[in-house]
Amino acid sequence: MISYVLRRLAATVPVLGFVGLFVFFLLRLTPGDPAILIAGDQATTAQIASIRAQLGLDRPLVEQLVAWAGQLAQGDLGRSVFSDMEVTRLIGMRIEPTAMLALVAILMALAIALPLGTLSALKAGSRTDRAVMAFAMVGFSSPVFVVAFLLVYVFALSLGWFPTQGYVPVSQGLLPCLNSLILPGLALAMLYAALLARVTRASLLEVLSEDYVRTAHAKGMKPGRVVLRHALKNCAIPVVTVVGVGIAALLGGVVVTETVFNIPGLGRLTTDAILRRDYPVVQGLILLFSLVYVTVNLLVDLSYVLFDPRIRY
Amino acid sequence: MRKLTRRMALAAGFALSLAALPAAAQTVLKVRPFGDLRTLDPMTTSDYMVRNHAYMVYDTLFAQDAKGLIKPQMVESFTTSPDGLTWTFVLRDGLKFHDNTPVTSTDVVASVKRWGERDGLGQQLAAHTASLTATDPKTVTLVLKDRWGLVLDALGKPSSMLPVIMPARIAATPSNQNITDATGSGPFMLVKEQWSPGSKIVYAKAPTYQPRKEAPDGLAGGKLANVDRVEWLIMPDAQTALNALQAGEIDIFEEMPPDMISLVKGNSKITVSKLSALQGVFRMNQSQPPFNNLKLRQAILRLVDQEQAVRAYVDDKALYTVCPSFYMCDSPYFTDAAWPKADVAAAKKLIAESGYKGEKIVVLDATETALSPQTLVVSQLMRDAGLNVDYQAMDWGTLSSRRTSKNPIEQGGWSTFASGPAAPDMTEPVGHLALRSNCENSWFGWPCDEAIEKLRAEFTMTPDLEGRKAIARKIQERAVETVPYVPVGQFWLVRGQQASLNGLLSPGVPVYWNVSKNR
Repeated sequence: MISYVLRRLAATVPVLGFVGLFVFFLLRLTPGDPAILIAGDQATTAQIASIRAQLGLDRPLVEQLVAWAGQLAQGDLGRSVFSDMEVTRLIGMRIEPTAMLALVAILMALAIALPLGTLSALKAGSRTDRAVMAFAMVGFSSPVFVVAFLLVYVFALSLGWFPTQGYVPVSQGLLPCLNSLILPGLALAMLYAALLARVTRASLLEVLSEDYVRTAHAKGMKPGRVVLRHALKNCAIPVVTVVGVGIAALLGGVVVTETVFNIPGLGRLTTDAILRRDYPVVQGLILLFSLVYVTVNLLVDLSYVLFDPRIRY
Repeated sequence: MRKLTRRMALAAGFALSLAALPAAAQTVLKVRPFGDLRTLDPMTTSDYMVRNHAYMVYDTLFAQDAKGLIKPQMVESFTTSPDGLTWTFVLRDGLKFHDNTPVTSTDVVASVKRWGERDGLGQQLAAHTASLTATDPKTVTLVLKDRWGLVLDALGKPSSMLPVIMPARIAATPSNQNITDATGSGPFMLVKEQWSPGSKIVYAKAPTYQPRKEAPDGLAGGKLANVDRVEWLIMPDAQTALNALQAGEIDIFEEMPPDMISLVKGNSKITVSKLSALQGVFRMNQSQPPFNNLKLRQAILRLVDQEQAVRAYVDDKALYTVCPSFYMCDSPYFTDAAWPKADVAAAKKLIAESGYKGEKIVVLDATETALSPQTLVVSQLMRDAGLNVDYQAMDWGTLSSRRTSKNPIEQGGWSTFASGPAAPDMTEPVGHLALRSNCENSWFGWPCDEAIEKLRAEFTMTPDLEGRKAIARKIQERAVETVPYVPVGQFWLVRGQQASLNGLLSPGVPVYWNVSKNR
């Protein structure tokens, strides 16, 4: 097990190296120049050239890459070409809102999807099942920004229950923080809940037809206990896999949600940095996302051991 | 056990709620600015957000009043020698930077010199300056090489790049490097540790600021900070900002899109006011075919119906002006001399005379900007007139880069783009961004005309207003022939604000002194 984890962790190094290389060259191939954006509308060619030189953007690409790799080796992601702040500090300022939003969204999605998926499987073919699947289809087909604006209109503007936008940091109180994340969390959770509900249903239906479930029923075990103790645990692997994959989908989804709800998280930082061609910030963020993705996949793989003792690493 | 758990949960919830309360009640003005603050240096970029930041934290020697006249600001008094070559400026008493050090003439000299290395008008001032010295801690002496007529206009320049005064230690930063210390002597100070780029910029009332005693007048007069803090909350999405304004979560929404005005018209808690005027500029690349062809540029000037173009963005007559001039319609130098009426037939005739043979016209359009609708209209007008238009949609970052290219179209070059410089940058021929025709040194598109440049130089040496007006008129007459660009209408950007705010000023630049709100 430990050697497996170490091997997987070691494998992240070339993955991150490849991602870093890819992003570095992709950014340089993208039209746009941060020096021009910094210089502003009235800058002369000489002024732009001066800023490019100051930022080191006039150096050959390979030289820039080597300099960046040297920084990375020392754990330094560089500085924003605009604000001159360290990229690690900029990312550090934005991690909490995104992490809290993702956590709230995942918890909400699980809270919605697991009961609905289970109910749907147990009542397969019934009106309840069809209603749950219809909800799943609507949830899956509704763009995040449409759900978000509808939620804001109903629960913030009309009823005044929640703020329309903004994020309250945990340091200002957990309840105000959660209050600021209810609507964005729900908007983000809808798509995810729909997906999870369908997977839970399908997985549970398969498990419910297994011999050991029939045996449990034949032994006289109460139906609820059969589902909770035997069926759900055995259908967990596909659900956990989807949760893991969904975290990657969430990272994409937070960009829209953070924009609509004005949450200063990593998604907003990414779009801003891309629009400004703030190369060090984009590079740092993509590396972070890759790391998160690789780590989540590893954790998902390791979690299989908990649900199926036959699995060994 | 259950009771204990519930009680504990309630206590924990109460404690958490208390933790959420602010330490002390302060008046906080919450503003959604039109953009984000990307750098702190107002002398190295013409970015309007940096200019607006500069008005928060810095003060200037002179400032423009509501009538466009230049008035003393940090300066108590000034004198000019009879030959007009020696200017003596005396600073007001009690001026202090935010670090509590006094503002001295040394700071003024260092700041003006740094500004003079980067700003266009500043460079002209520097070129005409024989010496700029700190005579004593409160007195600055400027000696000119010749009788240059724009000293006050330069030092009281209202828009980018601003001649702000910063401590000499910060002004010593080379002008090709951005400053990172925003210590100024203005009515607010930046709370840098709370600055989160892309999210929030916080300013606190500066206890050291000494306002003038006069009432505020345009950008001049007393700058009273009547709120404890101003928070700029960056919201990229306009609908989110509108929601926040309607819910009372923000006080001011800068640059509310015109199509949102009707959504708040019936709301008694919200008012809409004019923020700043822009001139739509349709720029043509004169370094490459086909717009190196004079007749074709003249054709576009006759082709564009400003009303048709500007109404694509805003359809309220109170918020746009059809202005037959290269200067803003309400500026002192406005003239409609030689302005041709929109005439499609005349335009088509000029296209025929130009010898145009269907060469591709690459139109760059940054779709997120206010000028995108005008670009679409002008593109269609060009197509209707038989021109071969290749419309290319992109973001501003890409456009900003593409427009610097002087390459032929086949090698990533371009033919046209649209931009919207603010009114203060389009009122007189020297600072006028798009009228400059000094070839390689002019704005993207690089118009080149010796006659216009001679007239601009003559303007700077003319001290009286009437003389300058006559020169501005001649420049317009010449520009109608050379067509450095085509104006596509003048329009107002608006802001939504809580009706409960008092004293919000509208000097053409968003400024937040004088405004107050109930605690």
